[in-house]
Amino acid sequence: MSTLPDSPLVEIENVDFAYGKRAILKGISLTVPRGKVVAIMGGSGCGKTTLLRLIGGQLIASKGSVRVNDQDVASLDREGMYQMRRKMGMLFQFGALFTDMNVFDNIAFQLREHADLPEDMIRDLVLMKLNAVGLRGTAKLFPSELSGGMARRVALARAAVLDPTLIMYDEPFAGLDPISLAVVGQTIRKLNDALGATSIVVTHDVVESLQIVDYLYFISDGKIVGQGTPDEIRASTEPYVKQFVHAEMDGPVPFHYPAKNYAVDLNLSASTSLKKSVS
Amino acid sequence: MERKTMDFWVGLFILMGFAALLMLALRVSIGSDRVENTYAVEARFENIGGLKAKAPVKSAGVLIGRVTDIHFDNEKFQAVATLTLDKRYSFPKDSSASILTSGLLGEVYIGLDAGGDDKKLVAGDKIKLTQSAVVLERLIGQLMFGKAAEGADKK
Amino acid sequence: MITQNLGKAIRNLGARGIETIWRGGAMARFFWLVLTQSGMSFRRIGLSIREIYFSGVMSLVIIMVSGLFIGMVLGLQGFETLQKYGAEETMGVLVALSLVRELGPVVTALLFASRAGSAITAEIGLMKATEQLKAMDMMAVDPIARVVAPRFWAGVVSMPLLAALFSSMGIFGGYIVGTVLVGIDSGVFWSNMQAAVDFRYDVMSGIVKSIVFGIAISVIATFEGFDAEPTAEGVSRATTRTVVTSALTVLALDLMLTGFMLRSL
Repeated sequence: MSTLPDSPLVEIENVDFAYGKRAILKGISLTVPRGKVVAIMGGSGCGKTTLLRLIGGQLIASKGSVRVNDQDVASLDREGMYQMRRKMGMLFQFGALFTDMNVFDNIAFQLREHADLPEDMIRDLVLMKLNAVGLRGTAKLFPSELSGGMARRVALARAAVLDPTLIMYDEPFAGLDPISLAVVGQTIRKLNDALGATSIVVTHDVVESLQIVDYLYFISDGKIVGQGTPDEIRASTEPYVKQFVHAEMDGPVPFHYPAKNYAVDLNLSASTSLKKSVS
Repeated sequence: MERKTMDFWVGLFILMGFAALLMLALRVSIGSDRVENTYAVEARFENIGGLKAKAPVKSAGVLIGRVTDIHFDNEKFQAVATLTLDKRYSFPKDSSASILTSGLLGEVYIGLDAGGDDKKLVAGDKIKLTQSAVVLERLIGQLMFGKAAEGADKK
Repeated sequence: MITQNLGKAIRNLGARGIETIWRGGAMARFFWLVLTQSGMSFRRIGLSIREIYFSGVMSLVIIMVSGLFIGMVLGLQGFETLQKYGAEETMGVLVALSLVRELGPVVTALLFASRAGSAITAEIGLMKATEQLKAMDMMAVDPIARVVAPRFWAGVVSMPLLAALFSSMGIFGGYIVGTVLVGIDSGVFWSNMQAAVDFRYDVMSGIVKSIVFGIAISVIATFEGFDAEPTAEGVSRATTRTVVTSALTVLALDLMLTGFMLRSL
C-alpha cells in the first residue's frame, strides 16, 4: 500500500451513517489528497453517493468526522455551508440541469447568483466553459433537447464554472456510449489538471477509472476493502478488488442473493444426487 | 418565453384585476360615507318595526343618509336611532322622521320630511317629531276591534 | 373477528389523524421558512413576475369564462324564483351579492387550486425528482428562496385579482341575462344593485377572503411539491393531494371567515 502525500483536502474519519435502520457506512475512513483525481468504487448501494453527500454537507454523519480543507463540515452553519459549497462543484448522476432554462442560462446560473459580473463577461465565460466540453453550439438549446451524453457534459461544464477547488462526480460514466465515455473521462482529467483542483469520482466503471485517476478506493459493506494507485490495483490480489477489477462473477461479492437451500425451495427431498449439483 | 412579453402580460393582468376591483368598488357598491362628509342626529321612536342598522334615510325619495346605530333606551323605554346624514343637505329643526316600507314587502327605511323652521339641524340634535313603524299585527288588531265595536254599536 | 377489524379501523383512523396533524405542523414550519426566505422574491422581482404569469395570467381564461357562465346562471335561476314575488328587478342584487361575498372568492379558489396549484406542485415535485433542487442547494443557492417563495407570492397576488375578475364577469353575465333576456331596465338593474351592495361589508370581505384563500392554496401547493416523493408516482400523488387539501381547506376557511364577518355586522 503506497502512502499518500500530506495535507489532504478531504478527510473522512471513522464515519457511521444509516438511512433509518439501514446502516450504510460503518466506521469508514479515507483521505483525498490535494490536486489528485480519486475514484471511489463499489457495488450499487454500497454508500458511494452517500459519501459525496456527506462531503458536500447535504447529510450529517451520526459518528465520526468529515473534514474539508481542515473544516469540520458538520459544525458549519448555513452561511458557512454555502461559503464552502461555492468552492465545490458537483456533477449529479443524470445531470440535474434546470429544465426551465436553456443550456447557456444553466451554466451562467452560478455566475449570476454569486458573482457580480457584467453580462458580456458572463457570456464569454459561459462560452469558454462550453467550448471546453465541445458543446458551444448548444448554448440556446433546452435540456430536454439534449441527448444523455450531451446533458452530462453540460452539467460538467456547469459544475466547473466557478473554478472550484473540489469537484465531485456522481456516476459520470453511467449509461454513456463509448465515445461520450472517453470524452467525459478525458475532460475530468484535463479539467482537474487545468484548474489545479481535486476531483472525486464515484463510479463503477473500472476500465475508464484506471485510465484517468491517481488513486482508487473500494468500498464494500460500509468499509474500505481496498485502495491504491491504478498499477497497484491492477496487480492486487485482494479478493474483493480482484473480483471487481477482473469482473468475476463470484467472489467476496456472492452471485446468489441469500436464500434458502435450493432443494428445499423447490420442495424436493434432500437426495444426494441433487445435493451434488447445487452449490 | 421572452421576458418582455411576460412582463407585458403580467402588467396587463394586474391592470385588469385592479380595474375589476375598482368596478366592484365604484359601480357595483356604495362606499360608506366618510365621517367628514356627514353629521349625525338622533331620533326616538316608540316602535321601529323592521328598521335595521345601515337602513337608508330618504327625503323626497332621495337617499340622503343612513341609520348607523339603533339602541334601546332603558329609562324612557324608547328606540333610539342615530341618523348619519350627508353634509350637503341641511334640514329645518322641526323636520319629522317616519319609518316607512318601500312597497309591501320591501326594505324598511326612514323618511325625512322637511319642516318650516329657519334654524337647521346640526350634529347632535334630536329630531322631535317622529312617526313609529306601522306594525301589521296592531293594524289588524285595530281593524278587528273596530269592526267588533261597530257590530256592538249596531245592536 | 368483527372486533379485530373494528380495532384495526380505529387504529387506522388514529394513525391518519396523527399523520394529518404531523403534516399540518410540517406545513406550518415550511410556511415560516418561505416567509423568512422571501427577500429574493421582492429584490429580484423578475422571478415573481414570471410566476405571476404562469399562475395568474394563464388562469385568466378559465376564471373569466367560468365567472361569466356562473353569473348568467345565477341570473336565470334567480329570475325564476324572484318572479314569484314580483321582485325580478332585484336580480342584479342577487347576482352581485352571491358573487362578491361567496362565489367569487370560493369558486375562483377552487379553480385556481386545480389549475395553478396542481401545476406548481407538479413543477416543484419534478424538480425534486430530477435532483434539480439538490443541485441548486449544492450550488449554494437556497431552493426555497429561488424556486418556492416566488411561486408562493405569485399565488397570493393572483388570487384576489382573479376573484375580482370572476365577480365582475359574473355581474356582467347577470346584466346580460337581466337586460337582454328578461328585459329589466339597465338603469334599474344598476341602481338596485348599488343600493344593496356595501363596499366594506360585501366587497372588502370578498377581497379579504380571496387573499386568505390565496395564502392557503399557495402554501399547500408549494409544500406538497417540496415534500413529494421523488418518483413519478410520488409527484402525481402530491398533485392530487394539493387539489383535495386546498379544496377542503378553502371551504373550511370560508365557513370560519363567513361566520366571523357576519358576526361583526
